[in-house]
Amino acid sequence: MSAAIEDVVTESPGVIEAVPKRAMTLGTGTSLVMLGLLLLTPLFVKNFIIFQMTMLLIYGVAVLALNILTGGSGQFSLGQSAFYAVGAYTSAILMEHAGMNYALTLPIAGIICFAFGFLFGQPALRLSGVYLALATFALATAMPQLLKLGYFEQWTGGVQGLVVTKPDPPEAVQSMLSWLHLKMSQDMWLYYFTLVITIAIYIFSVNLLRSRSGRAFMAIRDNEIAASAMGVDVALYKTLAFGVSAGITGVAGGLGAITVQFVAPDSYTITLAISLFLGMVVGGVGWLPGSIVGSAFIIFVPNIAEGISKGLSGAVFGVLLFLVIFLVPHGARQVAIVGQQLIGRFRKN
Amino acid sequence: MELFTNQILAGIATGAIYACMALAVVMIYQAIDHLNFAQGEMAMFSTFVSWQLMQWGAPYWGAFVITLVFSFFGGIAIERLLFKPLAKAPILTNVAGFIALFAIINSVAGLIWDFTIKQYPTPFGSSPFLGSQLISTHQAGMIGVTVLLLVGLYFFFQFTRIGLAMRAAASVPESARLVGINTSWMIALGWGMAAAIGSIAGMLIAPVVFLEPNMMGGVLIYGFAAAVLGGLTSPLGAVIGGFLVGIFENLAGTYIPGVGNELKLPIALALIITVLVVKPAGLFGRPIVKRV
Repeated sequence: MSAAIEDVVTESPGVIEAVPKRAMTLGTGTSLVMLGLLLLTPLFVKNFIIFQMTMLLIYGVAVLALNILTGGSGQFSLGQSAFYAVGAYTSAILMEHAGMNYALTLPIAGIICFAFGFLFGQPALRLSGVYLALATFALATAMPQLLKLGYFEQWTGGVQGLVVTKPDPPEAVQSMLSWLHLKMSQDMWLYYFTLVITIAIYIFSVNLLRSRSGRAFMAIRDNEIAASAMGVDVALYKTLAFGVSAGITGVAGGLGAITVQFVAPDSYTITLAISLFLGMVVGGVGWLPGSIVGSAFIIFVPNIAEGISKGLSGAVFGVLLFLVIFLVPHGARQVAIVGQQLIGRFRKN
Repeated sequence: MELFTNQILAGIATGAIYACMALAVVMIYQAIDHLNFAQGEMAMFSTFVSWQLMQWGAPYWGAFVITLVFSFFGGIAIERLLFKPLAKAPILTNVAGFIALFAIINSVAGLIWDFTIKQYPTPFGSSPFLGSQLISTHQAGMIGVTVLLLVGLYFFFQFTRIGLAMRAAASVPESARLVGINTSWMIALGWGMAAAIGSIAGMLIAPVVFLEPNMMGGVLIYGFAAAVLGGLTSPLGAVIGGFLVGIFENLAGTYIPGVGNELKLPIALALIITVLVVKPAGLFGRPIVKRV
């Protein structure tokens, strides 16, 4: 086959099938129920579970960012852990070395990651499919090694990493609650803080995909040549998608650093990038609300697998993953669509 | 100068490992159009099977042949049971399936054979080859086997009916079906052959990196990189890519200051990406022309 010189002509296969725009979000009713659940649950559970819920939101944001890149603009990335790491280190360094307020570090982490992603998107323009996967994969494997370099050690703490102080709830909130004879734990404060940012990012992302830029992303995803023929600046929007995705991942990384109170190079290996990718597939590629379902999968299923069998936890995880992709190859989106149809039929009767 | 030639020789020796793996990667890419992330784990499992056979008293070549047959049918079974039902699912779902397969095989191998490092025999001996301290007879044998495999594959695809059918099924499935080729079984056959080539790679690599469930982690990354560098459509490119990656990795480790073992991999990957940016289809790959 190496002897064949003629070019291979293929039908251009889309990375993912088109998702109708309306199917990208939840209805108002469902959104309100979800919001209510997210608001009220922490009041009734233990601190450790609140911590896990915070991580659920943070990974949810990171999966959402990948979803904008892959589901929105059709580019594939195995390098999200690198952007997450840059965000986490930016927050940690600003808090510990510059003594900055934790909330203020997040926008800076976002901006730095946006710039980083935008620049990385430039060479990535030449690559697509498996080649892009390899390039982003390289970024993900290089990142922990770069963070360990002796040259940056005075800032990054080298292999040991950095310990981050956990923020207290602000005085105003505490004094308000003390009127009601309540006290807010650090975990709970961090949860609500994360929730507000998550909701803001979610609304921003939904609106982004509905905007002119979002339509440009989707046009590129569905047919790059047609998009450029219609006047979409393909190079600009592809790099922009990388930048936005990296920026959001960076904010998630910063939140993650504050919540876990620790950053170290080995927390941000390729395993994290693969987890985020799995989260996106399980949640449904291109369906933003699915991000939280995907995030729940990557946080809880490994624990469940460990609970079923210690020695075979990897195998149990693999089998569960196979079950999910066999039953619902399009992820949680498929479940939601079927559910919607059932409700529709129920209403008609 | 002597240091330079020695490093190149050492690079060729490690490159042979990557070339073997890259060949298996290209093989399956030809058949199914995806990179199989579980390829390394499948090879590792096959290698363990041959080790077990030898523990039970089988001679090396007996175990070798049985393992080849086992891997071939194992590969077909995996395709029939797990990936045929996913043929119509989105590409990314398939990738998730590969990751799941990776986790399953790794964990099962760990349970059966545990995670301790095991010695693995070599049929070629490990004395210095032609008086050179850097290449042992085993490594020379490994290069020889890789070249043999490559030649064998070339003849298979170029001059046999079934090889032709596989090529047709991979490049234009619909027309292939119209002329009576069972494309679905061609894919299964591709899996079987890739698994068998992978098992050869595993059995050749095991004496160098030692046998344990995670032995393939690093090798597979280099194998992918080599395959992509050489061009995913070209087996010859994959083998040359493997040697190039091996040589470059060694030279970078020796001559670029500050590059220790830690930074070898990122630097090798950075080089590959640089090459890809200039030649997006790899060094020997055919550019893909899209029909609009």
